[in-house]
Amino acid sequence: MTSSQAILNGDRLALARLLTRVENDSPDGRATLIELFPHTGKAHLIGVTGAPGTGKSSLVNQLALHYRKAEDKRVAIVAVDPSSPFTGGAVLGDRVRMRDLSGDPNVFIRSMASRGSLGGLAQATANVVQVFDAAGFDIVIVETVGAGQSEVDIARLAHTTLVVEAPGLGDDIQAIKAGILEIADILVVNKADRPGVENTEKSLKSMLELAHPTARVFKHHGTYMSVSMPEPNQNVNLWIPPIQKTISTEGKGIPELVAAIARHVEHLRSSGDWTLRERTRLEVELEALIRDALMTRFHEDVPASQYEDVLEKVVQRNISPWEAVRMLLNGRLK
Amino acid sequence: MTDKKIRVLVAKPGLDGHDRGAKVVARALRDAGMEVIYTGLRQTPEMIAEAALQEDVDVVGLSILSGAHMALTPRVMELLKSNGQTNVKVFIGGIIPDEDLSRLKEMGVTGVYGPGASTEDIIRDIKIATAG
Ligand SMILES: Nc1nc2c(ncn2[C@@H]2O[C@H](COP(=O)(O)OP(=O)(O)OP(=O)(O)O)[C@@H](O)[C@H]2O)c(=O)[nH]1
Ligand SMILES: [Mg+2]
Repeated sequence: MTSSQAILNGDRLALARLLTRVENDSPDGRATLIELFPHTGKAHLIGVTGAPGTGKSSLVNQLALHYRKAEDKRVAIVAVDPSSPFTGGAVLGDRVRMRDLSGDPNVFIRSMASRGSLGGLAQATANVVQVFDAAGFDIVIVETVGAGQSEVDIARLAHTTLVVEAPGLGDDIQAIKAGILEIADILVVNKADRPGVENTEKSLKSMLELAHPTARVFKHHGTYMSVSMPEPNQNVNLWIPPIQKTISTEGKGIPELVAAIARHVEHLRSSGDWTLRERTRLEVELEALIRDALMTRFHEDVPASQYEDVLEKVVQRNISPWEAVRMLLNGRLK
Repeated sequence: MTDKKIRVLVAKPGLDGHDRGAKVVARALRDAGMEVIYTGLRQTPEMIAEAALQEDVDVVGLSILSGAHMALTPRVMELLKSNGQTNVKVFIGGIIPDEDLSRLKEMGVTGVYGPGASTEDIIRDIKIATAG
């Protein structure tokens, strides 16, 4: 049986092994992705991000429990933690908070290290999500530590992005710096049992009031842009991110959060944003692949020595980068 | 992205309640460039095998201080095998009496380390065991 058939048949070992090959971007991993692609596009992708220690993993644990018990949905979890930039190693500890989910064959948790480049992580995560989608998981939850670019990458991958805050992380709400509010479809104030929760909620509210609600569809080339909503009923279709308080250690606020997520899905569907997000995500992915392929072809075409010569000329300020591009591409890649 | 990372599950089965040693080893393996999945305290053999499967690890490291190694280890080995993960290498850290060492090896355990073992030795042995 081929790897893709095994995945479609629900073989968990084949699934685990494919995830490794996909993460390593191996040729046979890619080949299987190609076979699986027609089976994707069904799962609801939920991104969960926020500062370290806000309780993301505990929240994901509760969300998954709820989806299992109340809705009998199959849930996959991708938990991303940073790799050490010095050694390339990583300690991936999110499973510690997800022990309630063990023993359930309809839950699959996979830890991922961020490894090299941000672009590489986004692509690898997208591919891993596609595998789970094809494997028939109804819900795929991706947890990442909020650290700038990675939140935007999630927002662009997920249908629904949760940004998790918690009281007692210092006076400043961590969100302001990173512009994290702009990517939130739902704001979660976790650790609502802790002192200071009212303050956290209040500052989030006032920040939300300041921010004009905008359509949030992201495009990523190091920057993002938002695509405007369909013209006619613009006001009717605006989504204002709700704030939901939770206590993840006790499961409090989880049914309400799940209801908010369901309302968001409903909004995406009725406004046409679901399709728009899908389209944008696939377009970004396609563009990234084209860029990679062109770069590969370029380096195959241009001898390394010629490339180095031209680079040296630029470094010496003999020619500009624009002239260098013209020299290197002249007559190529037509 | 292309080099294959060594993935290690570090688990703490049994009921003894501290994981300092396991965390020290986890960090040392990370510093050696490995990806360590840390699962926390009081893991049952079933939980360990399930995590090893989902994470597609190359190595399972068990930290057992409770003296229950002769009960827990064969169960973990058996579950790994029945899940089809026959090539996963199992390492054990803990207080293991000499007379149990050979029996653990017979069960297919790759390495056994006492409290005084150096992390360099563990790293070297993992690299050798996963190289083939
Ligand atoms: N009091 C309280 N503690 C919580 C709550 N949710 C999580 N915690 C605790 O906060 C700590 C961090 O929880 P995690 O779920 O690991 O947080 P995280 O955001 O996933 O952490 P990283 O992945 O390391 O960024 C743990 O000790 C949790 O038990 C909550 O609602 N209330
Ligand atoms: Mg976490």
